[in-house]
Amino acid sequence: MMEPHYPLFYTFHFYLFGVIAIASALTFVTRKSPVAAALWLVNTLFSLAALYVMLDAQFIGVIQVLLYAGAIMVVFLFVVMLLNLGHPSDIADAMGKWPVIVAGFIGVVLIAQLATIAGTRLLPQFQVPAGNAADDMERYGAVGSVARPLYTEYLLAFELTSVLLLVAIVGAVVLGRRRDRDAG
Amino acid sequence: MLAESLALSAVLFSIGVVGVLTRRNAIIIFMCVELMLNAVNLTFIAFSRFYGATGQVFVVFVMTVAAAEAAVGLAIIISIFRHKQTVNLQNINLMKG
Repeated sequence: MMEPHYPLFYTFHFYLFGVIAIASALTFVTRKSPVAAALWLVNTLFSLAALYVMLDAQFIGVIQVLLYAGAIMVVFLFVVMLLNLGHPSDIADAMGKWPVIVAGFIGVVLIAQLATIAGTRLLPQFQVPAGNAADDMERYGAVGSVARPLYTEYLLAFELTSVLLLVAIVGAVVLGRRRDRDAG
Repeated sequence: MLAESLALSAVLFSIGVVGVLTRRNAIIIFMCVELMLNAVNLTFIAFSRFYGATGQVFVVFVMTVAAAEAAVGLAIIISIFRHKQTVNLQNINLMKG
Protein backbone atom coordinates (compact mmCIF):
# COMPACT_ATOMS: atom_id res chain seq x y z
CA MET A 1 0.00 0.00 0.00
CA MET A 2 1.45 3.32 -1.04
CA GLU A 3 0.31 6.54 0.54
CA PRO A 4 -0.16 9.02 -2.28
CA HIS A 5 1.05 12.56 -1.99
CA TYR A 6 -1.57 14.85 -0.53
CA PRO A 7 -1.96 18.51 -1.42
CA LEU A 8 -1.54 20.99 1.42
CA PHE A 9 -5.23 21.96 1.14
CA TYR A 10 -6.27 18.38 1.87
CA THR A 11 -3.81 17.87 4.73
CA PHE A 12 -4.75 21.18 6.35
CA HIS A 13 -8.47 20.38 6.36
CA PHE A 14 -7.88 16.84 7.52
CA TYR A 15 -5.98 18.09 10.57
CA LEU A 16 -8.50 20.91 11.07
CA PHE A 17 -11.46 18.54 11.28
CA GLY A 18 -9.45 16.12 13.40
CA VAL A 19 -8.66 18.84 15.92
CA ILE A 20 -12.31 20.00 15.91
CA ALA A 21 -13.43 16.41 16.53
CA ILE A 22 -11.06 15.90 19.48
CA ALA A 23 -11.79 19.33 20.99
CA SER A 24 -15.57 18.77 20.74
CA ALA A 25 -15.23 15.29 22.21
CA LEU A 26 -13.24 16.63 25.16
CA THR A 27 -15.80 19.39 25.71
CA PHE A 28 -18.55 16.79 25.40
CA VAL A 29 -17.27 14.57 28.23
CA THR A 30 -16.68 17.52 30.56
CA ARG A 31 -20.10 19.26 30.18
CA LYS A 32 -22.44 19.00 33.16
CA SER A 33 -25.67 19.56 31.29
CA PRO A 34 -26.81 16.59 29.15
CA VAL A 35 -28.17 18.96 26.48
CA ALA A 36 -24.84 20.77 26.10
CA ALA A 37 -23.05 17.41 26.01
CA ALA A 38 -25.39 16.15 23.28
CA LEU A 39 -24.81 19.25 21.15
CA TRP A 40 -21.03 18.95 21.48
CA LEU A 41 -21.30 15.31 20.49
CA VAL A 42 -23.27 16.40 17.42
CA ASN A 43 -20.36 18.71 16.59
CA THR A 44 -17.94 15.76 16.86
CA LEU A 45 -20.19 13.67 14.61
CA PHE A 46 -20.33 16.46 12.01
CA SER A 47 -16.54 16.78 11.85
CA LEU A 48 -16.31 12.97 11.59
CA ALA A 49 -18.73 13.17 8.65
CA ALA A 50 -16.39 15.69 7.01
CA LEU A 51 -13.48 13.29 7.56
CA TYR A 52 -15.50 10.44 6.03
CA VAL A 53 -16.05 12.56 2.92
CA MET A 54 -12.33 13.32 2.77
CA LEU A 55 -11.58 9.58 3.07
CA ASP A 56 -13.62 8.80 -0.08
CA ALA A 57 -16.72 7.60 1.78
CA GLN A 58 -19.23 10.22 0.69
CA PHE A 59 -22.28 8.01 1.16
CA ILE A 60 -21.29 7.12 4.72
CA GLY A 61 -20.69 10.82 5.40
CA VAL A 62 -24.25 11.64 4.32
CA ILE A 63 -25.62 8.74 6.37
CA GLN A 64 -23.60 9.97 9.35
CA VAL A 65 -25.24 13.41 9.20
CA LEU A 66 -28.76 12.11 8.51
CA LEU A 67 -28.80 9.12 10.82
CA TYR A 68 -26.36 9.85 13.62
CA ALA A 69 -26.37 13.61 14.01
CA GLY A 70 -29.98 13.79 12.81
CA ALA A 71 -31.92 10.83 14.13
CA ILE A 72 -30.02 9.20 16.99
CA MET A 73 -29.00 12.44 18.71
CA VAL A 74 -32.56 13.79 18.41
CA VAL A 75 -33.75 10.66 20.22
CA PHE A 76 -31.21 11.40 22.97
CA LEU A 77 -32.40 14.99 23.24
CA PHE A 78 -36.03 13.82 23.34
CA VAL A 79 -35.22 11.55 26.28
CA VAL A 80 -33.38 14.35 28.09
CA MET A 81 -36.43 16.55 27.57
CA LEU A 82 -38.82 13.80 28.69
CA LEU A 83 -36.99 13.02 31.90
CA ASN A 84 -36.82 16.65 33.07
CA LEU A 85 -33.69 16.09 35.13
CA GLY A 86 -33.68 19.49 36.77
CA HIS A 87 -30.78 21.91 36.94
CA PRO A 88 -27.40 20.44 35.91
CA SER A 89 -25.71 21.50 39.14
CA ASP A 90 -28.28 19.58 41.18
CA ILE A 91 -27.22 16.27 39.70
CA ALA A 92 -23.68 15.80 40.94
CA ASP A 93 -22.40 14.12 37.85
CA ALA A 94 -18.67 13.55 37.65
CA MET A 95 -17.17 10.95 39.97
CA GLY A 96 -14.75 11.91 42.74
CA LYS A 97 -11.08 12.73 42.33
CA TRP A 98 -9.60 9.24 42.30
CA PRO A 99 -11.93 7.65 39.73
CA VAL A 100 -11.15 10.54 37.37
CA ILE A 101 -7.38 10.03 37.80
CA VAL A 102 -7.71 6.27 37.29
CA ALA A 103 -9.92 6.80 34.22
CA GLY A 104 -7.41 9.27 32.78
CA PHE A 105 -4.62 6.74 33.33
CA ILE A 106 -6.65 4.00 31.64
CA GLY A 107 -7.34 6.37 28.75
CA VAL A 108 -3.62 7.13 28.29
CA VAL A 109 -2.75 3.41 28.43
CA LEU A 110 -5.48 2.71 25.87
CA ILE A 111 -4.14 5.37 23.50
CA ALA A 112 -0.64 3.91 23.85
CA GLN A 113 -1.93 0.39 23.12
CA LEU A 114 -3.95 1.48 20.11
CA ALA A 115 -1.00 3.50 18.77
CA THR A 116 1.22 0.42 19.08
CA ILE A 117 -1.32 -1.68 17.20
CA ALA A 118 -1.62 0.98 14.49
CA GLY A 119 2.17 0.98 14.08
CA THR A 120 2.60 -2.78 13.61
CA ARG A 121 2.69 -4.48 10.24
CA LEU A 122 0.02 -6.97 9.27
CA LEU A 123 1.05 -10.62 9.15
CA PRO A 124 1.08 -11.99 5.56
CA GLN A 125 -1.89 -14.30 6.19
CA PHE A 126 -3.95 -11.31 7.32
CA GLN A 127 -3.20 -9.22 4.26
CA VAL A 128 -6.35 -7.83 2.80
CA PRO A 129 -6.87 -7.69 -0.97
CA ALA A 130 -5.59 -4.72 -2.91
CA GLY A 131 -7.95 -2.05 -4.15
CA ASN A 132 -9.21 1.18 -2.76
CA ALA A 133 -12.40 3.11 -2.25
CA ALA A 134 -11.66 5.60 -5.03
CA ASP A 135 -11.42 2.83 -7.68
CA ASP A 136 -14.62 1.18 -6.44
CA MET A 137 -16.35 4.53 -6.51
CA GLU A 138 -15.21 5.22 -10.05
CA ARG A 139 -16.58 1.87 -11.16
CA TYR A 140 -19.83 1.64 -9.19
CA GLY A 141 -20.54 5.14 -7.89
CA ALA A 142 -20.61 6.38 -4.29
CA VAL A 143 -23.76 4.47 -3.32
CA GLY A 144 -23.11 1.48 -5.57
CA SER A 145 -19.69 0.75 -4.07
CA VAL A 146 -21.39 0.29 -0.68
CA ALA A 147 -24.56 -1.34 -1.98
CA ARG A 148 -22.87 -3.98 -4.15
CA PRO A 149 -21.10 -5.89 -1.33
CA LEU A 150 -24.04 -5.20 1.00
CA TYR A 151 -26.53 -6.98 -1.27
CA THR A 152 -24.21 -9.76 -2.47
CA GLU A 153 -21.52 -10.92 -0.01
CA TYR A 154 -23.24 -9.63 3.12
CA LEU A 155 -26.86 -10.27 2.12
CA LEU A 156 -27.48 -12.68 5.01
CA ALA A 157 -26.06 -10.23 7.55
CA PHE A 158 -28.15 -7.47 5.98
CA GLU A 159 -31.32 -9.54 6.32
CA LEU A 160 -30.43 -10.38 9.92
CA THR A 161 -30.16 -6.66 10.73
CA SER A 162 -33.86 -6.37 9.91
CA VAL A 163 -34.55 -8.97 12.61
CA LEU A 164 -32.34 -6.99 14.99
CA LEU A 165 -34.29 -3.81 14.27
CA LEU A 166 -37.59 -5.64 14.80
CA VAL A 167 -36.35 -6.93 18.16
CA ALA A 168 -35.22 -3.41 19.09
CA ILE A 169 -38.63 -1.95 18.17
CA VAL A 170 -40.50 -4.59 20.18
CA GLY A 171 -38.11 -4.16 23.10
CA ALA A 172 -38.44 -0.38 23.11
CA VAL A 173 -42.24 -0.57 22.97
CA VAL A 174 -42.43 -3.14 25.78
CA LEU A 175 -39.97 -1.23 28.00
CA GLY A 176 -41.54 2.15 27.31
CA ARG A 177 -45.09 0.99 27.94
CA ARG A 178 -46.64 2.15 31.19
CA ARG A 179 -47.72 -0.76 33.37
CA ASP A 180 -51.47 -0.95 33.89
CA ARG A 181 -51.22 -0.98 37.67
CA ASP A 182 -49.00 2.13 37.59
CA ALA A 183 -51.54 3.99 35.49
CA GLY A 184 -54.49 2.95 37.67
CA MET B 1 -3.62 9.82 6.12
CA LEU B 2 -4.12 6.24 7.37
CA ALA B 3 -1.85 6.69 10.40
CA GLU B 4 -3.45 10.04 11.26
CA SER B 5 -6.95 8.55 11.00
CA LEU B 6 -6.03 5.64 13.25
CA ALA B 7 -4.46 7.99 15.80
CA LEU B 8 -7.56 10.20 15.78
CA SER B 9 -9.73 7.13 16.16
CA ALA B 10 -7.65 5.92 19.14
CA VAL B 11 -7.91 9.32 20.83
CA LEU B 12 -11.69 9.54 20.30
CA PHE B 13 -12.19 5.98 21.56
CA SER B 14 -10.14 6.72 24.68
CA ILE B 15 -12.12 9.92 25.33
CA GLY B 16 -15.26 7.79 25.13
CA VAL B 17 -13.84 5.24 27.59
CA VAL B 18 -12.83 8.00 30.03
CA GLY B 19 -16.33 9.46 29.73
CA VAL B 20 -17.96 6.12 30.53
CA LEU B 21 -15.70 5.68 33.55
CA THR B 22 -16.05 9.19 35.00
CA ARG B 23 -19.66 10.16 34.41
CA ARG B 24 -22.69 9.15 36.47
CA ASN B 25 -25.50 10.32 34.22
CA ALA B 26 -26.75 7.27 32.32
CA ILE B 27 -27.70 9.32 29.24
CA ILE B 28 -24.21 10.83 28.97
CA ILE B 29 -22.69 7.37 29.39
CA PHE B 30 -24.82 6.22 26.46
CA MET B 31 -23.57 9.13 24.38
CA CYS B 32 -19.97 8.15 25.27
CA VAL B 33 -20.70 4.68 23.92
CA GLU B 34 -21.92 6.29 20.69
CA LEU B 35 -18.63 8.23 20.53
CA MET B 36 -16.68 4.96 20.88
CA LEU B 37 -18.73 3.37 18.08
CA ASN B 38 -17.95 6.37 15.89
CA ALA B 39 -14.23 6.05 16.61
CA VAL B 40 -14.41 2.46 15.38
CA ASN B 41 -16.33 3.61 12.30
CA LEU B 42 -13.51 6.03 11.50
CA THR B 43 -11.07 3.10 11.57
CA PHE B 44 -13.27 1.16 9.15
CA ILE B 45 -13.53 4.13 6.79
CA ALA B 46 -9.78 4.81 6.92
CA PHE B 47 -8.97 1.19 6.06
CA SER B 48 -11.65 1.05 3.37
CA ARG B 49 -9.97 3.99 1.66
CA PHE B 50 -6.89 1.87 1.02
CA TYR B 51 -8.31 -1.66 0.86
CA GLY B 52 -11.62 -1.33 -1.02
CA ALA B 53 -15.09 -0.10 -0.13
CA THR B 54 -16.19 -3.25 1.75
CA GLY B 55 -15.26 -1.61 5.05
CA GLN B 56 -18.06 0.88 4.50
CA VAL B 57 -20.57 -1.99 4.62
CA PHE B 58 -19.46 -2.71 8.17
CA VAL B 59 -19.99 0.95 9.06
CA VAL B 60 -23.60 0.60 7.87
CA PHE B 61 -24.01 -2.41 10.17
CA VAL B 62 -22.40 -0.61 13.11
CA MET B 63 -24.78 2.31 12.61
CA THR B 64 -27.77 -0.05 12.55
CA VAL B 65 -26.66 -1.68 15.78
CA ALA B 66 -26.04 1.75 17.31
CA ALA B 67 -29.56 2.85 16.41
CA ALA B 68 -31.07 -0.31 17.89
CA GLU B 69 -28.91 0.05 21.00
CA ALA B 70 -29.93 3.70 21.45
CA ALA B 71 -33.64 2.83 21.14
CA VAL B 72 -33.55 -0.04 23.65
CA GLY B 73 -31.08 1.67 26.00
CA LEU B 74 -33.07 4.87 26.21
CA ALA B 75 -36.26 2.86 26.78
CA ILE B 76 -34.50 1.13 29.69
CA ILE B 77 -33.39 4.52 31.05
CA ILE B 78 -36.96 5.85 30.88
CA SER B 79 -38.21 2.70 32.56
CA ILE B 80 -35.65 3.05 35.36
CA PHE B 81 -36.46 6.74 35.75
CA ARG B 82 -40.12 5.86 36.37
CA HIS B 83 -39.13 3.62 39.26
CA LYS B 84 -36.29 5.59 40.85
CA GLN B 85 -36.86 9.19 39.65
CA THR B 86 -33.16 9.45 38.75
CA VAL B 87 -30.73 8.49 36.02
CA ASN B 88 -27.71 8.82 38.30
CA LEU B 89 -26.02 5.42 38.14
CA GLN B 90 -24.72 5.85 41.68
CA ASN B 91 -28.30 5.56 42.97
CA ILE B 92 -29.32 2.65 40.75
CA ASN B 93 -28.40 -0.61 42.43
CA LEU B 94 -31.33 -2.88 41.66
CA MET B 95 -29.03 -5.78 40.88
CA LYS B 96 -27.05 -5.48 44.10
CA GLY B 97 -27.99 -8.42 46.34
